[in-house]
Amino acid sequence: MLRAAPYLVAAILAGPVAAGALGALVPSFGFLPALGHDAFGLAVWRDLLSWPGIGGSVLLSFASGIVTAGLSLALAMLFLAVFFETRAFIWLRKAIAPLLAVPHAAAAFALAFLIAPSGFLARLLSPWATGWQRPPDLLIVQDELGLSLMAGLVMKEVPFLLLVALAPLAQIHAVERMRMARALGYGRIAAWFKTVVPALYPLLRLPIYAVIAYSSANIDVALILGPVSPPPLAVQVLRWSNDPELDYRLIAAAGAVLQFGVTAAAIALWVAAERILITLGRGWIESGNRTLAEQGLGLLGRVLFPALLLSAGLGILALGLSAFARVWRFPDPFPSRWTLEHWQSVGDTASGPLGATIWIALAATGLSLALVLAMLENERRTGRRAGRALELVFYLPLLVPQIGFLFGLVLLAELIGIAPGGGLVAAGHVIFVLPYVYLTLSESYRRLDPAWSRLARTLGHSESRVFWKVTLPMVFTPTLAAFAVGLAVSIGQYLVTRLLGAGRLDTVTTEAIALAAGGDRRLIGAWALTQAVLPVLGFALALAAPRLLWRHRRGMLGAVQ
Amino acid sequence: MTGGLVLEGVRIALENRELLTLDKAVAPGEVLTVMGPSGSGKSTLLSFIAGFLTAPFLATGRVLLDGADITHAPPEARHVGLLFQDPMLFPHLSVGGNLLFGMPAGRPVRKTRAAEALARFGLEGFADRDPATLSGGQASRAALLRLLLSEPRAALLDEPFSKLDRHLRADIRSFTFERLREAGLPTILVTHDAEDAEAAGGPVVELAL
Amino acid sequence: MLLTRRLTFLAFPLLLAAAVASSVAPARADSPAAEWSRVLDAAKGQTVYWNAWGGDPRINAYIAWAGEQVSERYGVELVHVKLTDTAEAVARVLAEKSAGRNEGGAIDLIWINGENFAAMKRNGLLHGPWIEALPNHNLTDPANSPDLALDFGVPVEGLEMPWARARLVFYRDEAVLPEPPRSSDALLAWAKANPGRFTYPLPPSFLGTTFLKQVLLERASSVDALYRPVAEGDFASVTAPLWDYLDALHPHLWRQARSFPANAGAMRRLMSDGEIDIAFAFSQSEATAGIESGELPETVRNYVFDAGTIGNVSFLAIPFNAAHRDGAMVLANFLLSPEAQLRKQDPEHWGSATVLDLEELTPEQAKAFREMDLGPAAIPADRLGAMLAEPHPSWTDALEEEWNRRYAVR
Repeated sequence: MLRAAPYLVAAILAGPVAAGALGALVPSFGFLPALGHDAFGLAVWRDLLSWPGIGGSVLLSFASGIVTAGLSLALAMLFLAVFFETRAFIWLRKAIAPLLAVPHAAAAFALAFLIAPSGFLARLLSPWATGWQRPPDLLIVQDELGLSLMAGLVMKEVPFLLLVALAPLAQIHAVERMRMARALGYGRIAAWFKTVVPALYPLLRLPIYAVIAYSSANIDVALILGPVSPPPLAVQVLRWSNDPELDYRLIAAAGAVLQFGVTAAAIALWVAAERILITLGRGWIESGNRTLAEQGLGLLGRVLFPALLLSAGLGILALGLSAFARVWRFPDPFPSRWTLEHWQSVGDTASGPLGATIWIALAATGLSLALVLAMLENERRTGRRAGRALELVFYLPLLVPQIGFLFGLVLLAELIGIAPGGGLVAAGHVIFVLPYVYLTLSESYRRLDPAWSRLARTLGHSESRVFWKVTLPMVFTPTLAAFAVGLAVSIGQYLVTRLLGAGRLDTVTTEAIALAAGGDRRLIGAWALTQAVLPVLGFALALAAPRLLWRHRRGMLGAVQ
Repeated sequence: MTGGLVLEGVRIALENRELLTLDKAVAPGEVLTVMGPSGSGKSTLLSFIAGFLTAPFLATGRVLLDGADITHAPPEARHVGLLFQDPMLFPHLSVGGNLLFGMPAGRPVRKTRAAEALARFGLEGFADRDPATLSGGQASRAALLRLLLSEPRAALLDEPFSKLDRHLRADIRSFTFERLREAGLPTILVTHDAEDAEAAGGPVVELAL
Repeated sequence: MLLTRRLTFLAFPLLLAAAVASSVAPARADSPAAEWSRVLDAAKGQTVYWNAWGGDPRINAYIAWAGEQVSERYGVELVHVKLTDTAEAVARVLAEKSAGRNEGGAIDLIWINGENFAAMKRNGLLHGPWIEALPNHNLTDPANSPDLALDFGVPVEGLEMPWARARLVFYRDEAVLPEPPRSSDALLAWAKANPGRFTYPLPPSFLGTTFLKQVLLERASSVDALYRPVAEGDFASVTAPLWDYLDALHPHLWRQARSFPANAGAMRRLMSDGEIDIAFAFSQSEATAGIESGELPETVRNYVFDAGTIGNVSFLAIPFNAAHRDGAMVLANFLLSPEAQLRKQDPEHWGSATVLDLEELTPEQAKAFREMDLGPAAIPADRLGAMLAEPHPSWTDALEEEWNRRYAVR
């Protein structure tokens, strides 16, 4: 049973993705019998490639994938270099969870309201500093180059990369590396990039590819912050698949395949750049140069990190203020009249969706966690780590654009005859939750010294007893963290919930996004905060529970994690 | 059939390179010291006896304990206790919890016995303590106690004194050997400290690289 | 080979049984009343999944109210599936058809019109005709309401039930802009004088495309061509005035037309934030609701173009494979009742104009409709001006594609 775990996991992840991909690939060649298209051909592809603006869409998606990943990685590394083993490092650790917990769409919406010409910042500064009585006609949000889109993505991806970078620091002996390099006379930044990054980067590779994939293919953030015409490719695909003219489904399918190609190309470019950088970097590491713009970069990190926190905080504050606003006109810095109406409206409708959100998140995360634990425990017992290819499969759902395979997935569920509903939705969530659970838990699990379980076995306990009595309690803290991440991922799912639930199942996220279509910022604010509350609670619990549980076990606090 | 721990034609190889061969019997209460430089296969030998040898190591030969062949038994059925460099008290359990975890299930008055044993080892009232708050010497004694209470039939010691402060080392060492001898356990000690070997007072095997 | 034969073997007795059953069934059709009572019986205990746009909490509340009513009165449960786009529901039905699910579908009722209806009808995704079976259907006076028989020029043919009338209305803050531009020409002149203070939602969003049609109806070289399929006319010459107009207008739009609000809601938000001075909606109640919730200034008022504005009807349709047709019909019939239509027209609850013919109602009912206060922003019905019918739905995609070709590429 345990031995089958890795293959079971691979099947759970690869099966739907493959089926979904097929569901996009086949119609892209003109085959969709339900609409009377039953001959294969290249006409759809010709239509797609001659679509006005398609080049711009492709370029935009490609660029936002590469640029977001590059910037996020650079910032994450800079922050770690600047703050590692300082007092601020504790703050950095603590800031990650809430930043991660805010759903993408809510964060994007908050940022949009923060930086718009009629947004919160402009209101705080007008008219006394800017002289604006009316918002200026400036294109900041949804700019053509996608800068605001990338900024929004970076805001969410930096915490993610920090999270995955923090986990293996102990494993690669970052402290010792830094001390050694500093003792050899290297500056803090140079020491980090020359001695820690080379060991850390290989462990970040797959998460970075996931960042590229997400940034080049996401919809939530792109709809709010991305340029509108031409839009990023994924948004264009969504428009096609939502076009009342059903024949556009064919172009949508081809577009989804193209999206997959764009994402793959962006990752390929990254891999190529990575090779070159590694080669160049070796010479640089061995050059003996002791500094790397120490003061400049140090200052940059000390400015940018608080700036990131501040903009996230101000954005959420602005959203929170909107949620209590009855009247809030430009350039008033705060609402002129307040109300609880929006919260009443949330309260009237939220109880059902809240329950559904919670049970689906618990079921999907619980199942994912069980599978990941089974796989890791199997790995520990056999002493064989999952192969590279198998590991890639775990990341497949993160690497393949959602828009590309979800339609095919619905088709598959229908063909098998699984009725849409909660069970199917929870199963669908597993596809996206499991990779993140694996990502957050696997390093800690593998880092656990095998001597512990050996010792326990020499004391006469069987393998399964050792798992429950020794291994699991010792990785309890990272397991809770993985659980919280899984909950947050599940809670944030929109497309899967809609498509596999046939829209019958309302979660706080589907409610929030349905109402976002109405455009009332105050209501959107209330819902976005409601949507963020659950993951924040999850993270808070994941942080607090071990402290409470292990308050008399100092060895469990800090030793693992 | 003899009592004690018998290594019969044991050969351990790493891929194709032979690491060690050993044919030895360790009588109850006797300590066999295995010495040798790093990489000579000392710890691998202990892994083999305890039942944890994994690829790429290969082993042949038999391990007999009190006459029974345990070569292929699962580790938990071998009744072979281990002591490491670190005391390795489970950090999620109290000191008492660590002892109880080691004691066989189904015995009467386990808690009382654990408390009495702690007192005998100079750790009176330590049952509810967090292992992280113990001094090095206290932790070592607790680890030894856990091993003894698990009622093993043999003990394997993997450089158990190497991390101890100098002034503690002699005390702990003699304390440990006395207790093992009292319990009549056949013991194998792996070390590269000649003082350890001397204090153990038993036969010594030198492994070459 | 063996498999096919076995299937035929299985199918044959079934066919035979069906033939026998139909020959045994009584030849005369049931009376409408008896047929309706059969529907009521069958509907009892069914749960109707109604897919309807869910972007407005007031509409959602209205739908929830309707759900309570049909549950109490007819034992029909209602689940509102809140869409961000009606096309989501169309996609669902399509996926079900692709997978061969010809019954037991996930959707029982869709709020729909225009292109979505045309597409579903053309692809055989709709059930019906069914609306004549509804007792309340006669209250719309179908014989004398030709506008209810066409949906964007496509014959309804009983496949969808008229539910709400909508009119394009513009709105602005009267305190800021007392004399708004009341024609496309005036709008252009105003935009030139007030750069960056007007925009329209991005086509192909519903309201964005409607704006294109509104301008086109006012300026097209041949309006008649717009009511025939686009393929039958000369698209380029008919629409040339529209593109000339937009070419002139765009440099003066909000953000110089480099960006557009995504939809009607986003445009209203720009109005609320003071970024633009003129907005529009497909309902008189949008501005009123905005005033009442504090989102828009209290001096916001609706207005229309002198030459009239586009109006249309939205409908309720049942997919071909709906699992709970009877429940859906009972719900639809209730939604067409004077009581439900009156509440719908009340701006307190929603503010969407009725499809009922007041002549068909009792005098008290008609009076209630006539005397309803439509809210501070609304224009009284008699000053709403001419209603321009929606062009044939084939124009929608053609306009959107051409718009995209001209303005999406940079």
